[in-house]
Amino acid sequence: MLELDDVTLALGEARFRFSLALGADAVHVLLGRSGSGKSTLLNLVAGFAAPDTGDIRWNGASLLALAPDRRPVNTLFQHHNLFAHLSVAQNVGLGLHPGLKLTGAQHEQVRDALAAVGLAAHADKRPPALSGGEQQRVGLARCLLRRKPVLLMDEPFGALDGATRQEMIALTRDVTASYSPCTIVVTHDPEDAAGLGARVLRIADGQVRPEPSA
Amino acid sequence: MARRLHPLIAKVSSRPEARAPSPGLPWWLGGACALAVVLALTALPLGAMLVEAGTLDPGALFADPWVARVIRFSLFQATLSTVLAVALALPVALALAHEPRFPGRGALVTLFSLSLVIPTIVAIFGIVAVYGRSGWLNGALANVGMAPLPLYGLPGILVAHVFFNLPLAARVMLQSLDGIPDNQWRLAAQLGMGPLARFRLIEWPSLRAPLIGAAVLIFTLCFTSFAIVMTLGGGPRATTIEVAIYQALRFDFDLPLAVALALVQLVMCALLMIASTFAPGDGSLGFAPTAQDARDAYPIEGRGLRQRLRTWLERRHAPDRACWRPRAGMAVRLSRGLIIGSAAGFVLLPLAALVIAAFNGKTLSVLGDPATLEAARNTVIAAFATAALALALALGLLSATRRLRVRARRERIGRWLQLFGNVILVLPPVVLGTGLFLLLRPWADVFSIALVLVVAINALMALPFVLRVLDAPMMRVARQHDRLLQSLGIRGWNRWRLIDWPVLRRPVGLALALAATLSAGDLSAIALFGSERVRTLPLLLYQRMGSYRLEEAAVTAGLLLLLCLVLFATLQRLVGEGVRARTR
Repeated sequence: MLELDDVTLALGEARFRFSLALGADAVHVLLGRSGSGKSTLLNLVAGFAAPDTGDIRWNGASLLALAPDRRPVNTLFQHHNLFAHLSVAQNVGLGLHPGLKLTGAQHEQVRDALAAVGLAAHADKRPPALSGGEQQRVGLARCLLRRKPVLLMDEPFGALDGATRQEMIALTRDVTASYSPCTIVVTHDPEDAAGLGARVLRIADGQVRPEPSA
Repeated sequence: MARRLHPLIAKVSSRPEARAPSPGLPWWLGGACALAVVLALTALPLGAMLVEAGTLDPGALFADPWVARVIRFSLFQATLSTVLAVALALPVALALAHEPRFPGRGALVTLFSLSLVIPTIVAIFGIVAVYGRSGWLNGALANVGMAPLPLYGLPGILVAHVFFNLPLAARVMLQSLDGIPDNQWRLAAQLGMGPLARFRLIEWPSLRAPLIGAAVLIFTLCFTSFAIVMTLGGGPRATTIEVAIYQALRFDFDLPLAVALALVQLVMCALLMIASTFAPGDGSLGFAPTAQDARDAYPIEGRGLRQRLRTWLERRHAPDRACWRPRAGMAVRLSRGLIIGSAAGFVLLPLAALVIAAFNGKTLSVLGDPATLEAARNTVIAAFATAALALALALGLLSATRRLRVRARRERIGRWLQLFGNVILVLPPVVLGTGLFLLLRPWADVFSIALVLVVAINALMALPFVLRVLDAPMMRVARQHDRLLQSLGIRGWNRWRLIDWPVLRRPVGLALALAATLSAGDLSAIALFGSERVRTLPLLLYQRMGSYRLEEAAVTAGLLLLLCLVLFATLQRLVGEGVRARTR
């Protein structure tokens, strides 16, 4: 269970106060206007921002003292998930070792992950040669490989067009079904929630409220 | 309805247990080391100077009419040089901007950027060969029975300053003009704007900021100009503070006067530095789009110069979609061609004169001369050591300020720390040298460790350039990927090897090339500390010019120019472009 226990953070004029507990294997969609604190919430969980007060816990253990790469958290950003000068396979491999020192078995894992998102043929290409949707799928392959129990997605479909978006949503659903991470997807399209089979959380005035299920 | 799980996704096996994190070095270590070196090299000499200055009587110093005249002349020649360089560069930049397909445009823009690479003393030799008493110009004037034009004194200083700074100003302005979107030109044509209205409403607004920035930079360069004033000033009437310090230190052995002048120069430079921090401009020194980019952007069809000239002349209408410009009459276009041609001639003539002069009866004997070889060896050693030291200082400083600016979001503190890298702008080489001289005199024979001192001063001189070249790409990569790097735990050596080096390789190559050529062509530091025992090529060239051994000087100048071009090209290629070969 992911808990934010009375977490507060002041960023300039904005004041945020988050208190919520999310089930360990559920998919949540976080809806809200820009500036409402959606990304801030993800940054707090991932460790890119530190709260002023309060605690963030995963299965009862506090995450606050841990560096981002030591947290049980993985993030798929809207942009810049990949390093443009590294190959697709290398970008995925970075999820297994931050210095790319991979064993034979790990190279195998990278290939499997790329095959799983349908990009086996693109392993040696560089990201700029891929479409926006394909780039996001590479990012998703890395998430799949890292298997961190918390999966954060910051507007992962925001830059994609209609059909690509639907494919990506379907793929995301497969990925979350495969290892059941506690998933938070930030979006501003309520339709994504239905596509992902997710619970809806609304964020407003710096606070999160679950939407009563229909 | 549950979707069927993709079999391949289920197959991907789970991640092995994470390794314990390696402790690694603290992030601030590199920055602290760089800062300590920079401060030791500047604060200690400054302190030595202030101790020495304690015994000075400032009232008597400023009452001295000679000192007052030196200060006045420094300001006067710098102002005049700046106005001339910028005023002459403006039509050149406009002509180049309006004629994107002018034959040889790319080559000319490359030539303009070379003015940062050509050693001052080499260009001075070329300028003397063209405009000097027995130069090309006066030879031509004598043929038509006119009196020779004098070079030494203010005219020589101005010609040399314009030679170096017109290309710099033109490049900076051209960069902004080329940045104006084509649609603004189309819009201007649709609205019926004439050339004056276009200049006032479109070009001037985009030129103003870079023009002011360039003017402040050029003023600073001319104000602290050393080699040009020393060689072309032609005597005590045309002396600047920088040269006066050198003379007080090396010829009159008047330490109190040297220290007093150095402190005056320090205050002046501090004022200029404050002015330049408030001046607008992007500080890319016109290096942002390279000449190669310009050539790629505007391919010139046709083979051979004559064919290209004809194609250019026949193009009565605005060229195709790639770079649309309002149409102009033949007279206007020819005058633009004339302006571009004159600028090219002005920059090329001294270089051509130098190259021609370098091949003379003494070429082989000078190239085999032990003094030449010894000086060349010292030059290369100093150049590589300078480049390595400047790069190490810059990377140390930037890795710490990157952490502050990007991850800790302390932009202001980070930028302030980076300003320490520009300390040489406040403490110009001769001033710094005076301080080092005072500091080390009790402990060591400064002339026997000349090369070490030259490398230290040259590295500090190169540091602002190296920082400018590396700052933007380094911060851009960090800003794009900082959260990803954190979440994947890529840090330390892994980060440098996998992320930073592939992206920074080209700017690092450029930075090393700039630092090495700056050192190879520098006369100010070696003039202070050089002697018969330790010489570099610039000092040897200066001595040979000073004793009117002009044939030997010509060969030395040619060798130094060649050395600088080779250093620049090889460092930039070898270090900077390996990655391109690999990715293609």
